[in-house]
Amino acid sequence: MYHPTVARLTYRALLGRRRAAILFLLPGLLLLIAAAVRAFNGADDQIAADVLGGFALATMVPLIGVIAGTGAIGPEIDDGSIVYLLAKPVKRPTIIVTKLTVAIAVTMVFSAVPTFLAGLILNGNGQQIAISYTIAALVASIAYSSLFLLLGTISRHAVVIGLVYALVWEALFGTLIEGARTLSVQQWSLAVAQKASGDNGMIASDVGLPVAVTLLVAVTVAATWYAGQKLRTLAPAGEE
Amino acid sequence: MSTLQIDHVSRWFGNVVAVNDVTMTIGPGVTGLLGPNGAGKSTLINMMGGFLDPSTGSVTLDGTPIWRNESAYRHIGVVPEREAMYDFLTGREFVVANAELHGLGAGDAQRALATVEMEYAQDRKIATYSKGMRQRVKMASALVHEPSVLLLDEPFNGMDPRQRMQLMDLLRRMGADGRTVLFSSHILEEVEQLASHIEVIVAGRHAASGDFRRIRRLMTDRPHRYLVRSSDDRALAAALIADPSTAGITVDTTEGALHIQAVDFGRFTALLPQVARKHSIRLLTVSPSDESLESVFSYLVAA
Repeated sequence: MYHPTVARLTYRALLGRRRAAILFLLPGLLLLIAAAVRAFNGADDQIAADVLGGFALATMVPLIGVIAGTGAIGPEIDDGSIVYLLAKPVKRPTIIVTKLTVAIAVTMVFSAVPTFLAGLILNGNGQQIAISYTIAALVASIAYSSLFLLLGTISRHAVVIGLVYALVWEALFGTLIEGARTLSVQQWSLAVAQKASGDNGMIASDVGLPVAVTLLVAVTVAATWYAGQKLRTLAPAGEE
Repeated sequence: MSTLQIDHVSRWFGNVVAVNDVTMTIGPGVTGLLGPNGAGKSTLINMMGGFLDPSTGSVTLDGTPIWRNESAYRHIGVVPEREAMYDFLTGREFVVANAELHGLGAGDAQRALATVEMEYAQDRKIATYSKGMRQRVKMASALVHEPSVLLLDEPFNGMDPRQRMQLMDLLRRMGADGRTVLFSSHILEEVEQLASHIEVIVAGRHAASGDFRRIRRLMTDRPHRYLVRSSDDRALAAALIADPSTAGITVDTTEGALHIQAVDFGRFTALLPQVARKHSIRLLTVSPSDESLESVFSYLVAA
């Protein structure tokens, strides 16, 4: 289910594009904010949780997920170079699973690692805040990558749709509207983080852990399966 | 030795019929798929390459359906028309990646690069390649696994004459080796130079099939229409209709011209100036009114 050549091509395509700059820019911004907050306020558990929850998990992780998830397959479908993968005796689901693995790895590296570092800068992992949000980022990376990889497979406007989802749904509705929170990767991963922090009151999710885990697994598996199906019947770009 | 069988295949996109009840057999040797732009050549090649499913009918390789059958690619090499091809890789990296996807190694890639004579530029980024170089690297990527079937969509588009000759030589060798080579083109001369067998497709329909002499004859023996203006249209019309090379003439008084339908192309073109001189008629305009490739093709469809 994993093809090293597909993975190599995907890594190079993902990290070689101009878009990849955002992969470095956002984590850089997070670390900068963390350093500034620490310098002006000193270590404060509540502020650390606010920064990691409000910026890292609510904004940065989904954005990195959009870039990595859609970027792992979208451009190849758009410009038609995907035919060089498709015209091979390689199972289509293998191509999807490999690209998903790459997208997850990239999202994790560029979101979970900086989240952990920012947490250390903010309050030195006091109250397990850094480690909890890092776990949330890791979990969210998997779900976002699979969702946005599917999006990249079915739509030419995957980046726009992904951005709208990440910024409007997750960041705005997800924090404001009650119902939307149940259907939010952010809340699901927060539920995991809440458990990881030992329910110390610093991290709270609106979704219970069993529901969150079920939905995370269901969304990831369903999106990946469907992307594999779409790839099996993908019409070449530019076809009449 | 492999044979592609297209059996009563139609393919439509929404309400648009791109390929309409086509049946053909593509065997070893070089076959040219000829037709005007938009005739459905790419749709047909995409179905043979397993990228599109036929709406009805079947496309099989030695009896096995190609659609949704990844293992068919062990025998098929595809050279797509589109340019995009991982520009951030070098030519060598690209062909090696294609070899690996077939479960082969760098040695096979090197051999394919040698076949298309691209070793000299193999370590340059594809982004720096000319159109012809890209085409050759695409060829190499399609040849790494020594496929018995090679499908090429408009391979000569945008190539200069020297590159064209090289590619033609290569395809001829492939055909002579007993491979089934199919390429599409909208240019008769291209197809004539290379293909021993021609399939003509027009407006989604299979218009003609055979060797190039037969196709060429079909194309030149059709009725030709001319628009002629002269110093005395009626006298010219009277003189021309006496000869069997002309089937019909309309005297268009509003246009001030003759619409002539010639049935014997060679004879008519020789006759017209002789008749004009004999009757001291000055020819002002002689223009074929249906010489576009599309009209030639549509004649073939009707035939």
